[in-house]
Amino acid sequence: MIANTRQSDLPDSMRVVITGIGLTAPIGNNLAELREGLLNGRSGVVPYEIRYFGKTLAGVCNFEVNRHQSRKDARRGTRAGSIGIYCANEAMQNSGIEWDQVDHSTVGVYVGVTEHGNVETENEVYQIKGYDYDTSFWSHHHNPRTVANNPAGEVALNMQITGPHYTIGAACAAGNAGMIQGMQMLQLGECDIAIAGGVSESIHTFGIFAGFASQGALASHADPAKASRPFDKGRNGIVVAEGGCLYILERLSDAKARNAKIYGEIVGHAINTDATDFVLPNPERQAQCMNKALGRAGLNAEQIDIVSTHATGTSNGDTLECVAVRAVFGKSERTFVNNAKSFIGHAMGAAGAIELAGNIASFEDRMIHPTINVDDLDPDCDIPGLVQNQPRETGQVDYILNNSFGMLGINSALIVKRFTD
Amino acid sequence: MAPEEIRQAIIEILGDIAPDEDLTELNDVQSFRDQMELDSMDFLDIVMELRKRYRVQVPEEDYPQLASMESTVNYLIPRMADAPA
Repeated sequence: MIANTRQSDLPDSMRVVITGIGLTAPIGNNLAELREGLLNGRSGVVPYEIRYFGKTLAGVCNFEVNRHQSRKDARRGTRAGSIGIYCANEAMQNSGIEWDQVDHSTVGVYVGVTEHGNVETENEVYQIKGYDYDTSFWSHHHNPRTVANNPAGEVALNMQITGPHYTIGAACAAGNAGMIQGMQMLQLGECDIAIAGGVSESIHTFGIFAGFASQGALASHADPAKASRPFDKGRNGIVVAEGGCLYILERLSDAKARNAKIYGEIVGHAINTDATDFVLPNPERQAQCMNKALGRAGLNAEQIDIVSTHATGTSNGDTLECVAVRAVFGKSERTFVNNAKSFIGHAMGAAGAIELAGNIASFEDRMIHPTINVDDLDPDCDIPGLVQNQPRETGQVDYILNNSFGMLGINSALIVKRFTD
Repeated sequence: MAPEEIRQAIIEILGDIAPDEDLTELNDVQSFRDQMELDSMDFLDIVMELRKRYRVQVPEEDYPQLASMESTVNYLIPRMADAPA
């Protein structure tokens, strides 16, 4: 039985708030840079080349790896680990928590991933090819690099966190799933501080590009900045991106006790499953997922100011999500709909977490970032409130609903409220 | 390879696997682990790099021979005699 208690009716010790944000995305390495890019139509998609597959496009991050990680550990670990370490340390600093004063056994690390291990396995196979596939040249670092908990474990090792750590494998719903896990672990008393969100190193595996290409779902365009174009008639697939976004989550009672800056409160969430197809989404289930999140938050659709869509730029995926969004929000006159993948591409396991961050800034600046590259709107995607190409000013933003969906029919929706006590 | 060239080859390997370390003051008779942050996985990196770069196979029972720069070079002199510098 799923509890349906409104979050705001709960005592402060059961309410979970966001008190820190650390991120790297193809258009910025902190919230301010990401937000500036989203409000100014700046694309982070660039020409990219990867072994076997060749020339393509990708969203590439350019953060300072060694700001929080030694060169030795960066060499020994994974790109996902480095992204996680950067985001977690930035988030902790951003939160204002006096890290040296924290009992590190009370901290939990919950990192969403779409996949993990493909990059490292491909690298090893590639390099033993140079030794005629003699497996004695296979790295002893392979197993610690590819265990599924690697990105979360690297964060824990780097920050000397001795509470729980693990990854949440949830395809491209993983960013939301990581946050939901963190929230629930705080509510269960499993930790006092949760570092939660998602990371992705997927641009470093040729397999993901080749797989999407074989599926007819990899974007191409002469102008890289125009390649990721959800809702546009000319969309032709996904631009793969790397990135990460980890949040510091705390119980409201703890955040208040230290006078923390509160970015927002998680007031609704849902994860459900299509159970219909490996790849094709099911809009009926997506709508159920959004409605379940609304129900848990005790909200109706008209109260949501922003729906951050999952839309990846595939022909079917965008159309079907629009069916779901229209079913839930079609009659809401105040709800704006937007999309961040049009700027940065699809950051896979990090997507939901980054996209939420991009909208959380609306609570303060009261702007709605658009979805860009809509030159010729697909009539099937002409949903009410879609903010196209230019940002919109609004009076006040109180609620954001963040959609993130993934393969094998996993759907997630997270509702974050501008914090008011 | 001459002993000094072998030493330089080891310095290059150490530089790659422990890029944060300053190797200019390395004491050749003191063990690596007393002077650097090297754990067992790093040590295996030295073995792996010798295998990859110079096709030198170091059997496990010989690992103690790689404790310091001096013992490593002495151990490798006969095994890398034919390796191109």
